[in-house]
Amino acid sequence: MESKETTSIQYTAKDFKSDQYVRWCPGCGDYAVLNSLQKVMADLGVAPHNTAVISGIGCSSRLPYYTSSYGFHTIHGRGAAVATGVKVANPELTVWQITGDGDCLAIGGNHFIHSVRRNVDINVLLFNNQIYGLTKGQYSPTTKKGYVTKSSPFGTVERPFRPAELTFGARGTFFARLLDVDLKNSQTTILAAAKHKGTSVVECLVNCVIFNDGAHGYLAEKENRADRLIMLEHGKPMIFGKERDKGLVLDGFNLKVVTIGFNGITEADILLHDATCEDTTLQLKLALMEGPDMPIAMGIIRDVVEETYDAAVEKQIAEVQTKAKISSFDDLISSCEQWEM
Amino acid sequence: MDKTKTTELDNVVVRFSGDSGDGMQLTGSLFSNLSAILGNEISTFPDFPSEIRAPLGTLGGVSGFQVHLGSSKIYTPGDDADVLIAMNPAALKVNAKSVKRGGIIIFDVDSFEKSDLEKAGFSTDNPFQELSIPESTQLIPAPLSSLTQSSLEGLGFDNKTVLRSKNMFSLGLVCWLFNRSIDQAIHFLENKFAKKQDILHANIKVLTDGYNYGNNLHLTISTFFIEKSHDTPKGNYTSINGNKATAWGLIAAAEKSGLQLFLGSYPITPATDIMQELALRKDLGVKVVQAEDEIAGITCAIGAAFAGSLAATNTSGPGLALKSEAIGLAVMAELPIVIVDVMRGGPSTGLPTKTEQTDLLQALYGRNGESPAVVMAASTPADCFHFTYMASKIALEHMTPVILLTDAFIGNGTSLWKLPKLAELPEIKPNFVVKGMEGCKVTARNAETNVRYWSTPGMFGFGHRNGGLEKDYATGCISTDPLNHEKMVNARQAKVEYISNYLPELNVEGDAEADMLVIGWGGTHGHLMSAVNSLNKKGKKIALAHFNYINPLPKNTVEVIQRFKKVVVCELNSGQFATFLRSKVPGVEFLQYNKVQGQPFTVDELENDFSKLM
Repeated sequence: MESKETTSIQYTAKDFKSDQYVRWCPGCGDYAVLNSLQKVMADLGVAPHNTAVISGIGCSSRLPYYTSSYGFHTIHGRGAAVATGVKVANPELTVWQITGDGDCLAIGGNHFIHSVRRNVDINVLLFNNQIYGLTKGQYSPTTKKGYVTKSSPFGTVERPFRPAELTFGARGTFFARLLDVDLKNSQTTILAAAKHKGTSVVECLVNCVIFNDGAHGYLAEKENRADRLIMLEHGKPMIFGKERDKGLVLDGFNLKVVTIGFNGITEADILLHDATCEDTTLQLKLALMEGPDMPIAMGIIRDVVEETYDAAVEKQIAEVQTKAKISSFDDLISSCEQWEM
Repeated sequence: MDKTKTTELDNVVVRFSGDSGDGMQLTGSLFSNLSAILGNEISTFPDFPSEIRAPLGTLGGVSGFQVHLGSSKIYTPGDDADVLIAMNPAALKVNAKSVKRGGIIIFDVDSFEKSDLEKAGFSTDNPFQELSIPESTQLIPAPLSSLTQSSLEGLGFDNKTVLRSKNMFSLGLVCWLFNRSIDQAIHFLENKFAKKQDILHANIKVLTDGYNYGNNLHLTISTFFIEKSHDTPKGNYTSINGNKATAWGLIAAAEKSGLQLFLGSYPITPATDIMQELALRKDLGVKVVQAEDEIAGITCAIGAAFAGSLAATNTSGPGLALKSEAIGLAVMAELPIVIVDVMRGGPSTGLPTKTEQTDLLQALYGRNGESPAVVMAASTPADCFHFTYMASKIALEHMTPVILLTDAFIGNGTSLWKLPKLAELPEIKPNFVVKGMEGCKVTARNAETNVRYWSTPGMFGFGHRNGGLEKDYATGCISTDPLNHEKMVNARQAKVEYISNYLPELNVEGDAEADMLVIGWGGTHGHLMSAVNSLNKKGKKIALAHFNYINPLPKNTVEVIQRFKKVVVCELNSGQFATFLRSKVPGVEFLQYNKVQGQPFTVDELENDFSKLM
């Protein structure tokens, strides 16, 4: 029952689609991310049977049913802990965790920060539509303050979480952001998350057509998108805009938008994006940029190398075992203080 | 001048008691181990406060360790003490009532100054009178602190180290009292302090001086001699506490089944030792995740079960409550997992270091939906090994969560354990899919046993989606079909019930012709058995049926219970097992004997109660 050879096979997205009818609402942003994910799974080249997709509860957490790999639709908020167990038990597997803003940041907040802190090698797709969809429209931990929902008929009085801050606060090694309708960039971003060793958090900005339509509308408008977001690429200057004439520079401790060709600014003045920098200061500033004064950062914001939890567990066991006198239960029994009666 | 005489005894109870920093646990366990090596049966019970270091000399900080030694079957750590070692007035006050008539109290007279007495809440300078300790009790004032100081004088130890060694002086004295050579104690100390030579030498010096003190002063008391036990089956033995035995049961089951052992856990008194023991066993490849909370402890274990490990989690009452939803997931996903609940006093935070049997109904019913899980209980420190092994076997062979109930009493207590070999243990054959079954659905199950087949990520041809939503019986796809749901509920129930076919029959101990049957379960076996044996010896017709398998019950349960005219269910709660049995065994009037004090039964109180009922 060991795994069959897995290299040399060229997979297609179809190999990762299950026979199940996808039951999200027509127009839901989750479809786009599912499609991107299946393409990335094929590109990654890990066989479906060596892939495990783990989720909690919520609209997005239905995703495992729609892939042909091993899947586990668990209980609300606990996907991160279950995924941790799967990965530590069998580090050979590629493990995906599918979660939403309520599942991950409300009921599952504790598991989220701790899996990020441990740097377990799992790929987290955090579907953020800023609303509880499956329970029909209550505000979530990422809902904008003042927003009217069924459970905040007079507007929320809560301050929302910003997932990047939580990830960085928990010492995350990878954080990226994608927009449901931007398929091309979604795939590169998810692929980078899959290749990163450690907990990769991808905040997927998805639209809930029923309960929070247009939550990310500011970004989703195709005609203005290039001016409103910046697609970050490691080592490249941080340039954006329809005309690719805008860029980011440092102004004291803050970031500032400048226009190339004005006031003597040239491309050489534009900051280069360093996703691999240990220090999170600039990455956090990028992650927290908001419109209309600043573009919203997309793509891979942070991607640093640190030992993963699952690898450290294996390593420690191997180290102990090379020196160990006990290698079986019977050895253990022989080792204990004993006497004849 | 030598007034010492030696009394032969069948069994004796010694209680060491002092401040929680006085080293009473070490002293007690050394004494019990060396007695076991000399051929005695032993049973021990540590009784410590939940405060790590309560203010010195106060009642809240008293830590005790009781040892019961004997030349024939020892089932319990004993009720009242024949010998009490009290390191301070607080220890005396807490334990005065549990010293037998005619017993001995050895106390550190140096710690009985006015200020010490005040700290323990005495208002006069005669604590013995204040506690109405009977005159028949022999009091042995021994200047333990000052003798320890003079023993180590001039050897360059700081005062703290000196005072911490006084427990060894008391151990030396007790060794003399029981005619035990201190060689074996020295051997234990050499192992324990191998890397701290100065501490080792201090301890050995004080131990020896303590022994010689008793010997040289010819204290005017009897010393005791306890014959070797001849009842124990021949073999190699060690003394083991229940938590360690539990950890080792999991290790044995993993190796026997050929699976990796995975424990997801969160620290909680009195269950943490199980995690700590397994964290040590990297040499055996055990993976332990110390999770961020109780829920993550079990859910990461469920993840490991999904991935094909022997998965376990350990906890105590409040932690079991937090794990409820996840146990439901394991029921629904039909994944094998062992949940060990080392029960303590509740509800809520309750009495974290004290023992109770109050989680039974939580284990049986504390989940949403129709959610059958296997529930078992261990009865002695040593048999925690066997029942943990069996819990693992049942989980893996029947694809179900198994809740194993132990308790603070057997978890922390020790008893003799005949060392097993892996080859002697029963086979464990997890219900894996086999070649040729590729493409089978996640819900595919054995038609007879209802056990789902286990396939795990990495296996080619068995990709599936599992989860907490109801699944279609045939296709494994999610389903809300009304009749299908009922069919699945019934299948999961039938699977658990079928396990009774594999369980040993319920055994009746004591007088099989008796009219009265005592029923117990779990960690109370020793006390119940002792009480029943004692009454049998007095010619009373009484028997014991003790349960280790609770859901499902052994197949002959109804038949056995219905044979008796009078049935009394004894438990350390308000009647949870009695309630359960009433729902399972028709036509029987179940009497109850209950105690909810955070303490085990005493044999005395049981005997009294049974005599009244007969």
